[in-house]
Amino acid sequence: MRAPISWLREFVDLPESVDDLRTVLDDLGLVVEGIEFVGEGLEDVVVARVDEIHAIKGADRIRRIVVDAGAGPLEIVCGAWNFEVGNHVPLAPVGAVLPGGFAIEKRSMRGVVSNGMLCSARELRLSDDHEGLMVLDDVITPRIGQPIVEALGIEPDVVFDLSIEGNRPDAWSIVGVARDLAARFGRPLREPEYASPTPGTPTATVASGEIDASDLCGRLTVSLLRNVRVGPSPSWVVNRLERAGMRSISNVVDASNFVMLELGQPTHPYDAERVNGSTLRVRRARTGESLVTLDGVTRTLAKPGRGLGDTGEDCVIVDGADEVLGLAGIMGGESSEIGLSTTTVLLEAAYFDPMTIARSSKRHGLRSEASHRFERGVDPELALRAVARFVSILRASVPDLEWLDGPIDVRGDVPEPSMVLLRHDDVERSLGTALPVDGVVANLRALGFAVALADAGDLVVTAPSSRPDIRTGAAGRADVIEEVARIHGYRRLVRRTPTWPQPGGLTPRQELRRRIRQVMVDLGVDEAWTPTLGSETSFALTHDGSTPIRITNPLASDESILRPTMLSGLVAAWGRNIERGLLDVRLGEIGVVFTHPRDAASARRTRGGAGGKVDLDLPLENERVTVVLGHRSDDATSAATLWTLIANRLGLADVVIRAVENPGAGAHPTRSAALVDRASGVVLGVVGEVDPQVIDLVAGVQGRRLGLLDIDLDVLADTQAVRRRSQRVAVPGRYPSAVIDLAFVAPLSLHAADLGHALSSATPLVESVILFDVYRGANLAAGTRSLAYTVRLSSADRTLGDSEVATLRDELIVVAGQHGATLR
Amino acid sequence: MNLNDELIATITAEALAALAAVDTIEELDERFPSIVGKRSAFASMQKSFGSLDPEQRRELGARLQDARRAVEASVELRRIDLRAAARTTMLEADRLDLGDVVVASQSWAVTLGHAGLVGSTQAELEDVFVAMGFTVADGPEVESDWYNFEALNIPPAHPARGMWDTFYVDLGEPETVVLRTHTSPTQIHLMESAVANDSLPIHSVAPGRCYRRDTPDARHLAAFHQIEGLVVDHHITFADLAGTIETFTRAYFGPDIESRLRPAFFPFTEPSAEFEITCTICHGAGCRTCSNTGWIELGGCGMIDPAVFESVGVDPDRWSGFAFGFGIDRCAQMRHELSDMRALIENDVRFLGQFA
Ligand SMILES: [Zn+2]
Repeated sequence: MRAPISWLREFVDLPESVDDLRTVLDDLGLVVEGIEFVGEGLEDVVVARVDEIHAIKGADRIRRIVVDAGAGPLEIVCGAWNFEVGNHVPLAPVGAVLPGGFAIEKRSMRGVVSNGMLCSARELRLSDDHEGLMVLDDVITPRIGQPIVEALGIEPDVVFDLSIEGNRPDAWSIVGVARDLAARFGRPLREPEYASPTPGTPTATVASGEIDASDLCGRLTVSLLRNVRVGPSPSWVVNRLERAGMRSISNVVDASNFVMLELGQPTHPYDAERVNGSTLRVRRARTGESLVTLDGVTRTLAKPGRGLGDTGEDCVIVDGADEVLGLAGIMGGESSEIGLSTTTVLLEAAYFDPMTIARSSKRHGLRSEASHRFERGVDPELALRAVARFVSILRASVPDLEWLDGPIDVRGDVPEPSMVLLRHDDVERSLGTALPVDGVVANLRALGFAVALADAGDLVVTAPSSRPDIRTGAAGRADVIEEVARIHGYRRLVRRTPTWPQPGGLTPRQELRRRIRQVMVDLGVDEAWTPTLGSETSFALTHDGSTPIRITNPLASDESILRPTMLSGLVAAWGRNIERGLLDVRLGEIGVVFTHPRDAASARRTRGGAGGKVDLDLPLENERVTVVLGHRSDDATSAATLWTLIANRLGLADVVIRAVENPGAGAHPTRSAALVDRASGVVLGVVGEVDPQVIDLVAGVQGRRLGLLDIDLDVLADTQAVRRRSQRVAVPGRYPSAVIDLAFVAPLSLHAADLGHALSSATPLVESVILFDVYRGANLAAGTRSLAYTVRLSSADRTLGDSEVATLRDELIVVAGQHGATLR
Repeated sequence: MNLNDELIATITAEALAALAAVDTIEELDERFPSIVGKRSAFASMQKSFGSLDPEQRRELGARLQDARRAVEASVELRRIDLRAAARTTMLEADRLDLGDVVVASQSWAVTLGHAGLVGSTQAELEDVFVAMGFTVADGPEVESDWYNFEALNIPPAHPARGMWDTFYVDLGEPETVVLRTHTSPTQIHLMESAVANDSLPIHSVAPGRCYRRDTPDARHLAAFHQIEGLVVDHHITFADLAGTIETFTRAYFGPDIESRLRPAFFPFTEPSAEFEITCTICHGAGCRTCSNTGWIELGGCGMIDPAVFESVGVDPDRWSGFAFGFGIDRCAQMRHELSDMRALIENDVRFLGQFA
C-alpha cells in the first residue's frame, strides 16, 4: 500500500526524518518495500514559452524549438509533437538533474545544439503521462521563468510503499498506518473532517435497503445524495489519489476511492435513477443468474467452484425489481454505473462476510481494491463515518450537495468484538520480558482497544471493531500480546538462549544417509539434484506398469508427474553434460520417489479434507540412492565394483549380486542384477547398466554404456533386512596361512557368491575365499562355467601342516559337490 | 467380383507374402518400395487408372487405397516385431551375469566427487542445530491439506492460503492433496506423535524439499529447501525464540552477523516475526543486495499459535513453544553469492565440481 507522508501527517505529527520513519514502520511490521520522493529534483525546472518551431534537415523525428524561459531565446531539440507556438511547457536547463538522477547536458543532434530538455509529466515523475510534453496551459495559467514546483503548487512529498500483512486489515488505510505511528510515538491521532446529513427529507421516504442474507452481509447502509454534478475533482484530491497510486476518474468515483484509501471502507455509488425503486437489497445469488460486471465480462453466478468446500455461494446486490446490480463487495455491474448525467447518487457502504467475498473473488478470478479489503475484514462500524467523509470530500466540488437525513442502516450478523482476559503475568510468560502494566494499557488504548482493570492486575481487553483479527480465549491473548510487543518494539525485548537436558543428534537413518552420501562422493560421484516432476514420456520409460501420480495444475506438461524413479532425471542430466562436451560424468542423487497408493503394498493413510475428518491414502514416499556411472570406460562391471566398495564402507555383512529375470524398468534387461542380502533374501536395489533405449530416448545418446546403481534407502536402513558386520573385532592368527586355489565347474544356476559363501562356511579354518577367475568355454559342458577361488586357510593356535591342508582341500571339494560344483 | 477387385486382392496377397519373407529391419527398409511403396504393384495399378473417367477413377482409387493402407498397417506391425526381435538379439548378445564378475580383479581409479551445494548446506545447518541440542526430523513431501494448511490454522478458502502458490496432486477430492509448500507440516507430525507417545518436549529441526507453483527464475525455483525449527517445552517464551535465532545466526554466519526480529504475520504463530540478519555482503554498511538497509530477510518465526496447539491436542496451559523456518537454498545462495539458482538443477559438472 502506498502511504504519502503528507496524508499521514493529516492524522499525526511526524517530525521524524524519512530514514527514521522507515525504521519505525519496519519495526511496527508495516514493512517499507520502497520509498518514492515526489517533486524531488524539480528545483531547476522552470516554465518556458514556445516561440518558434523549426524542422531539422534530414530528421523527421526531432525538431528545433526556440523557447523563452525569461532569459531570452533558447534553442532546444525536442522529439515531442503535442504542442504549438505559444504553449507553455516545463524546461530543464543545462545543469539540472531530474528525478532519478538524470543530468541535463548541452548536446548536439544533427548539427543543432540543444540547451536543455523540454519535459513530459513522466520525466518529472508527476504522473505516468508520457504522450508528449506536459503542456501547462491545460492545467494552470503559467508565467514564464516561474519554477515548476511553484507554478503547479507541488509540495514535495515522500511516499512509502508498505507491505501490509494479512492479519492487519485495519492498516490497509492511511488512518490505520497513522494510528500505529501515533501509538508508537505516544502522540494523539487526529480525526478527519466529516459532513453531516442535510436536515429535511428522510432517506427512508425515497430509498430503501434490505438484507436478505444476514450471514453474508453484516451491515448495509444506503444514502441518497442529491444535486450531484459529475465532474473533475479538485487538484488536492487528484494529487492525493495519484500519490497513493490511483487515477482520478470523476469527483464521485474519486471521493469513493479517497475514502477507501483513507479510512479503509469501500463504498459503491449507483446512479439512483438507474436503480429500480432506489432500493438496494442484499441476497444470495440464485443458480442461473448472471451479471455483466464493470469490466465488461459476463459472470455466471452461484456456480460451485473447484476450491475445497466452495459451494458457489455469491452475495449480490439487487434493486427493487430484483435485478442483480453487482457482485457484493467485489465489483458493480454496468447497468447502474454512474455517468456524466448522474444527478442523484445512491451510495452503498456495507460490511460483508470476509470468507464469502474471498471465495467469490477467487472463483470469479475477480480482485478489486474493494474485495481485497472486504475479504480481510472491514470495520463494521465504519460505514456511516465513511459516508460522512465521502460527502465532505465531494462537497469540495459540489458545495450544494444534499445528503438526505437518516440514511438507511440495516444490520445482519456482525462478529462481536473480542474480549480477552489478559492475566497479570501473561505478557511476561509469553514474551519473556516484563512490561509495566501502565505501558501495556497505554499501548493498547492507543490502538483503540478498550482496557478495563480487573482484580490482581489482570486486564479485560476489548478489541476495537476495526480489529477482526483479534480472536478470543488463548488465541486472542496471543493476538493482544503481539500488539503489545509490536508497539513496544520487538527489538527492545529480552533475548535468552534456552537450554534443555535432552541431547541433540541425528537418527541412525540420518547418519546412514550422510554416510552413503559421503562414500558416494569419496568414490568419485558428483551429487546431483534432479526434478521431482517429470514428463509422461520419462514416466512411461521408467515404470513397471504402475499408476502415474499427476499434478492437477502443473506449470508445464513435461513437469506433471511425480517421479517413480530418479533414473530418468539423472540420465537427462548426464545427457546435458554430454551435450556440453563433458564426456566423463558420474552423477548420484539421494532423494524421494513416489508410488501411487493404488500400487503401494501398504498405503500411507493420513488425515485430510475439511477439518481433517477424511482418511486419505497418500503416495508412498521411498527414499533411494541412484547413481549413473557415465565415464567413457564405465559399464555394469564398474557399477558392481562401486557397489562392492560402498557395501564395504557401509559395513554390510553379506549382500550379494544376483541375476534376476526382470531387473526393473529403466535397467538394462540382460546386464543388471539385484542386490540381495543373503541371509534375509531381501532385495535392496539394482546394479548394472541403464537400458540403452532409455539412454537413447532420454539423453539422446547412442553407443555409450551407463553404469547403474539404485539402492532403496528404506530397506538399507533396516538392519534386520540388511545385516551389518559384527561389531566384534577378530584378532588374526599369528601362524602363517596356507593358500590354495580351487577351480570348479559349476552350473550357471549356482551363484559364484553362494559357492564362495559355502566354501568359507565349510570349516572355521577358512580365513577367506576370493573369486579370481571365471571361465566359459566350449570345452565345458553346456550350462556350466568354471569358477576359480583363492582360499586362505589358517588356525589361531598352530601352523597347518601339508596333510591337514590336503584334508581341508578335500572337505572343500565335498562341500562344493553338495552345491553341484565339481573340481575341474 | 469384377476384374479390378480380383486384381486388388491378388496384389494384396502378393505384398503380404513378400512382407512375410522379410527377416530383418534392414531388409524391410530395402524392400518397402516394392512391397507397398513407389515401385509396388499398388503404385502401378494407381497409374493405370489415368485413362478412366473421373467417377470410376475415384471409386476404384478409394478401394485400392484401402487395400494399400491395410498392407501398410501390416508393414508397421511387422516393423515393431522386427525391432523387438532385433532388440532381443542385441540384448542377448550383450548379456552379462554380474554375479560372475570378478570384482577382485577390478580396479577403481581415484577420482574426486563433489557433494551438492544444497545437501552440504543442509548438513551444515543441521550440525549447528544439533550442537544447540536439536534433533533432526524428516517429513513427507506430499501432504494432505490438513497438514499443510488447516492444522496450521489456515482453513480452506482462507485468504492466507494465497500466501502459497500450491501444486495440487490429483488424488481424492480436489485440493485435498498437495506438494507441501513449506516444512511447517512437519511441526504438526512432530506434535501429533509426541502427544500420541506422551513424549513432549520437542526440540527439533526439520529440513526438506518444498514446492511452489511459480515459474523458475534466477532467484526462485519451483522446488526449494527449507529448514523448520520447533521447540515445545515448559516456560518457552519469545525471548527464547529471539535468543535461539541469534545464537544460530552467529554460529552459522559468523560472529559479526547479528539478527533482528520485526512483526510479521503467519497463521500458525502468534506473536509472529520475520527475522533479518546483517547483510553478509556489506556487513551492514548498505549495498544493493540489501537495498541499502544493511539487513537481509532470512525467514519467519513466532510463538506457536494456540489454534495450532488445539488442532494437535497440546495443552497450552502446560506447554508453550516457538517455531521458525527459513530457506536452505537461500543460505547457500548468500554464502556462495550464487547469481542464478537455476544452475542448482542443471547439474553441469563444472558447477558441481566447485564444491568440496
Ligand atoms: Zn548489504
